[in-house]
Amino acid sequence: MIFDIKRETMPREELRELQLMRLQAQVDRVYATVPFYKKKFDELGVKPGDIKSLKDVSLLPFTEKQDLRNHYPFGMFAVPKENIVRLHASSGTTGKATVVGYTQRDIDTWAELMARAFMTAGATPKDTVHNAYGYGLFTGGLGAHYGAERLGATVAPVSGGATKRQAMLLRDFAADVICCTPSYALHLYEAALEIGIDIKELPLRIGIFGAEPWTEEMRREIEKKLDIKALDIYGLSEVMGPGVGIECIEAQSGLHMQEDHFLLEIIDPLSGEPLPAGSVGELVITTLTKEGIPLIRYRTRDLTSLNLQPCICGRTTARMSRIMGRSDDMLIIRGVNVFPSQIESILLETQGLTPHYLLIVDRQGSLDTLEVQVEVDEKLFSDEIKNLQRLERQIQKNIKEFLGVSASVKLVEPKGIARSEGKAKRIIDKRNG
Amino acid sequence: MKVDQLSIFLENRAGRLAEVTKVLNDNAINIRALSLADTSDFGILRLIVDKFDLARAKLKEAGFTVGRTSVVAVEVDDTPGGLHRLLEMLGKQSVNVEYMYAFVAQSGKNAIIIFRFDRTDQAIEILTANGVTIIPGDKLYAM
Repeated sequence: MIFDIKRETMPREELRELQLMRLQAQVDRVYATVPFYKKKFDELGVKPGDIKSLKDVSLLPFTEKQDLRNHYPFGMFAVPKENIVRLHASSGTTGKATVVGYTQRDIDTWAELMARAFMTAGATPKDTVHNAYGYGLFTGGLGAHYGAERLGATVAPVSGGATKRQAMLLRDFAADVICCTPSYALHLYEAALEIGIDIKELPLRIGIFGAEPWTEEMRREIEKKLDIKALDIYGLSEVMGPGVGIECIEAQSGLHMQEDHFLLEIIDPLSGEPLPAGSVGELVITTLTKEGIPLIRYRTRDLTSLNLQPCICGRTTARMSRIMGRSDDMLIIRGVNVFPSQIESILLETQGLTPHYLLIVDRQGSLDTLEVQVEVDEKLFSDEIKNLQRLERQIQKNIKEFLGVSASVKLVEPKGIARSEGKAKRIIDKRNG
Repeated sequence: MKVDQLSIFLENRAGRLAEVTKVLNDNAINIRALSLADTSDFGILRLIVDKFDLARAKLKEAGFTVGRTSVVAVEVDDTPGGLHRLLEMLGKQSVNVEYMYAFVAQSGKNAIIIFRFDRTDQAIEILTANGVTIIPGDKLYAM
């Protein structure tokens, strides 16, 4: 089912007209109300009136996460503080938090887009949604919450933590849909088993997973273990929160992007030049309707590609491929580009491994070292040393073969790798420490 | 004729072994025999205890990766050549020993050897046919 037939199945030509109209209005507004953008536009010698077609967006300046930090907390807001009804902030693990503000209309739009997303994932107004995204400054919890309510579903605002209790509630409320991070879904599955609940046996049929990178193999594992359909959702607090894009349950092939509210570009992360349709590059988003903190050409750092082919679900919106990595998370190990998602794929293909792993990058003398810590679960465990050592060698060999980089592999006890009430921490880079 | 052995995956770090023995102690579980195999990174602790199911449940609860392995406990004369005769009869039939460890029973003058074979059932047949005393689980747990 489609929540908003008119918007989600618009002919692309018509969509482009709508986007241009909104872009022009947005550009006018930021120039007039956000000093940061006025200064940037003036430096580049570009005026709002120069935007005559969608292509002209490339005349406009980029916005970086650092710009938001530099204007902490409210310096990029486009409306007076009294019109802001909600604040959210990113975790700020790598510096100052980035703060975003929403007007009432922004909150309404967000709920609308999340309701669309739920339905795209196969949810209906009759469903019960177990929302295990954290409630608070993080956009996941409240974003999914308002969307599920707008859809007309029943929401259980469970938030994060207390995992065994969550398993009980999941069973007792007979939830149809769960929202959480993919690694938390697996964590919850294990915790449920420990208290005798097999999620496979529950009515749960849809999982909406996001807020951290995951792979096709991990999807297969979750779908098999929990006996659900697992859908990828995308969003970032800077441009809204969850619901910027989501996979449809019909195709599970790329995330439908809500293009009537976001203008998308794919650029070369190094040169900043726009890339032709279908290329892999960094996703850049311009918000088209946001009032509180509109962003022009926001650099997401997410590497992906866009597919404009029509989808079997009937939606005409561009489909974004699964995020392949972050342009700033890419590890360069002895000159080889390594994405954590590649290591994850290898581990999942090596039979019996849970996808819980940690990459530790260090430098000995002038040589980079990569250690891959992998959790040993009961299925994998053998009481014979030689079997475990064979496994270590197999992983090591696969990493060398597929990525061209030597790694040491270390088997560790399950749950020794910190996770995952929120995002799984997968990389420790000691080289800059 | 088989004996249930607990196997526990352990990271090679200080105090980890003591965390296992603490769980056993807290639950009044007695160790009958043990062996520890190790590499530079990890080890496998193999235990025979008086209360297998309880020990397994409590260790799992404490977050350990625990496995069950079927092993064979054999009584061997505590005299020169006792073990040798036994290995010879198994070797002739191409039964392979994956690992083994031994202890001496408190009372007896015999040694007890715990074997992990690649083909456990065949090993038991051979040993029984040759009149070797195999100690069943029940008896061993209560020793």
